[in-house]
Amino acid sequence: MDGLILQTLNGLDKGSAYAMIALGLTLIFGTLGVVNFAHGALFMIGAFCAVVMNGMMSLSYETIDPAQLDFLGQPMKVETTYLSSWVGPDLSAALIDWSVPLSLLLTVPVMVLIGFVMERGLIKHFYKRPHADQILVTFGLAIVLQEVIKAFFGANPIQTPAPGMFEGSFDFGVLMGFDPNAIIYPYWRMVYFVFSLLVIGAVFAFLQFTTFGMVVRAGMADRETVGLLGINIDRRFTFMFGLAAAVAGVAGAMYGPINAPNYHMGMDFLVLSFVVVVVGGMGSLPGAVLAGFLLGIVESFASLNEVKMFIPGIDQIIIFVIAIVILLTRPRGLMGRRGVMEE
Amino acid sequence: MFRLDRQDAGLLVFVAVITLFAPILLNPFAEGSAMAQFNAGYPDLMQRFVIFAIFAIGFNILFGLTGYLSFGHAAFLGIGSYSAVWMFKLLSMNVIPAVLFSVIVAGVFSLVIGYVCLRRSGIYFSILTLAFAQMSFSLAYSVLTPITNGETGLQLSLSDPRVLDGKTTTGALPETNLFGVAMNDTLSVEALGRVWQFSAGYYFCAVLMLIAFYISIRIFRSPFGMMLRAVKSNQQRMRFTGLNTRPYALAAFVISGMYAGLAGGLMAAMDPLAGADRMQWTASGEVVLMTILGGAGTLLGPILGSGFIKYFENIFSKINDTILHQWFAFLPDGLENFVVAVIYPFVGKGWLLTLGMLFMLVVIFLPGGLIEGAQRLRKLFARTPTGAADRRAPASKPAE
Repeated sequence: MDGLILQTLNGLDKGSAYAMIALGLTLIFGTLGVVNFAHGALFMIGAFCAVVMNGMMSLSYETIDPAQLDFLGQPMKVETTYLSSWVGPDLSAALIDWSVPLSLLLTVPVMVLIGFVMERGLIKHFYKRPHADQILVTFGLAIVLQEVIKAFFGANPIQTPAPGMFEGSFDFGVLMGFDPNAIIYPYWRMVYFVFSLLVIGAVFAFLQFTTFGMVVRAGMADRETVGLLGINIDRRFTFMFGLAAAVAGVAGAMYGPINAPNYHMGMDFLVLSFVVVVVGGMGSLPGAVLAGFLLGIVESFASLNEVKMFIPGIDQIIIFVIAIVILLTRPRGLMGRRGVMEE
Repeated sequence: MFRLDRQDAGLLVFVAVITLFAPILLNPFAEGSAMAQFNAGYPDLMQRFVIFAIFAIGFNILFGLTGYLSFGHAAFLGIGSYSAVWMFKLLSMNVIPAVLFSVIVAGVFSLVIGYVCLRRSGIYFSILTLAFAQMSFSLAYSVLTPITNGETGLQLSLSDPRVLDGKTTTGALPETNLFGVAMNDTLSVEALGRVWQFSAGYYFCAVLMLIAFYISIRIFRSPFGMMLRAVKSNQQRMRFTGLNTRPYALAAFVISGMYAGLAGGLMAAMDPLAGADRMQWTASGEVVLMTILGGAGTLLGPILGSGFIKYFENIFSKINDTILHQWFAFLPDGLENFVVAVIYPFVGKGWLLTLGMLFMLVVIFLPGGLIEGAQRLRKLFARTPTGAADRRAPASKPAE
């Protein structure tokens, strides 16, 4: 029993990432009808926004302090961060400690901007082109973004630690009456899960309860009629692209402490996120979220030793097997809408 | 000739002449000269040219004709490599059984995978093939280690049975051969003050490539090829006329899978080693790129595209900043450093960046690939719009 709970919890954080990326993919697909293979790259750029934030905060200058001597007997050089000279050493240390959550302040505008530029500069010209062309051009863009990041940040993963407050793990076992140390779950993963729920909830609330969201939903259902009503639907869809990019970006930024950002993390997540979208049902937002969490948890269950003894290697392929079975038996996915990309 | 019309026969002869004289044609610059690094005429690279040409020609039969965009063809390449190496280990170092076996095994796998994947089309088909390829990749790394030797890759060893060859006595690993002619044999001929190298392995691959190309021409011109084109342009209408299109698409899928298997088998024949990284989806993306860059749906396109990409991959990755500084040494120092700093991210290790940008530019501006580019240029300069030559190879529409 405790093993089951532990695996469910373990699946949640990966499931959250899948759900957020798949949500963005579905938003883009549902509004613009574009298959965006570069979405994983946006996730990765978000993660590197956190790295940049940390780096900006730690920018420093050197002063020579005659009062201290280094081991050669010379006056010692002291590095002071600009931040601490502005706000004082205590606050600056706290800010650097919290750099990952704070980086959201940087991630959101950067990602929205990237989304706008991508949509207006590139994707716009591909609405009328076949899906194969859209896949190919965004695939090329993904390679370019990945290589640019690699050129700037190198090929090695960069550690982005969580705030000190959230380091360590929480013992769920004690809470639920199991032995201590039976169910241990890192704090940051809990934060990530709650954060993803907030983001997903916010997106749904935005679509459901605002006029803007209502227009967008109307546009998803019938773009032409909305256009005929004199509403500039293109501009709203551009905004939705920015929003989807921002969701992928914040998902990446907060994922840093769980898995150190590297340049190919986007590609790793992208393939799985596409599977998630397909399993959930192309164009269905709740389907994408549901399938994201579901597949994350299933993947984590498949990596149990008992399961692996039964069917070796199942943890590597379970998601693909599910995708194949779903696509062949329920072509519309779990919650797909009628008439959306059925052929 | 060979039941081809004059124009196709001309194309085949043209390609044959180019490939047969490639060791000379691709070495235009004298050794030791500053331009020698642009030579591509050494056996290793030329083998890659023709092997990837086979891969792309096969992919083109599926993507160019039927419009089904498979993102998992590298799996068949990997499967072909593994089967060929197993043949080297178990049966004989002769390349013929190995290549045959790799084609057959890849064909069987593509039949199974194609049967499942072709139940859907469009983006679903792409994702299904991608899922299958990733599955094979993960399995090859983990559970199938007894067959694939996991991360190390499958290699020959002295203790292999090799029933037909008998025990080796020399204590060295045997070489792949074609009835005694070792694949890495090269014939060096001195002429015109230079040494020209003719590699046995290259010619073996080149002959197979020509056969593959010939078959592809025949498929393009056959009623079967017309049927595949019809699948691409309007599958629904085909169904309305009471025709089941799936067997045709499946046949195209299996043929292209066998081509990929052949390419994989040849890779193993040139260098008896097979690793799972050949099956990764970036490798599938590469063959898509080759086909698109050359021109999907055209005969010559895939060969052009694969040659173009492999050539520039090789040349670009070799350029480092010292070479760049040499090139721009004529500029004033500040300008020289600036130019080098601008170009440097795109060469050497940055080759992939160039590749990605090239990919985007081609898809955006030249959906028909290099062939379409050439046609546009010809139209630009020709007095009479669209000569007779254009009629046979219409600018291919991007596939749905």
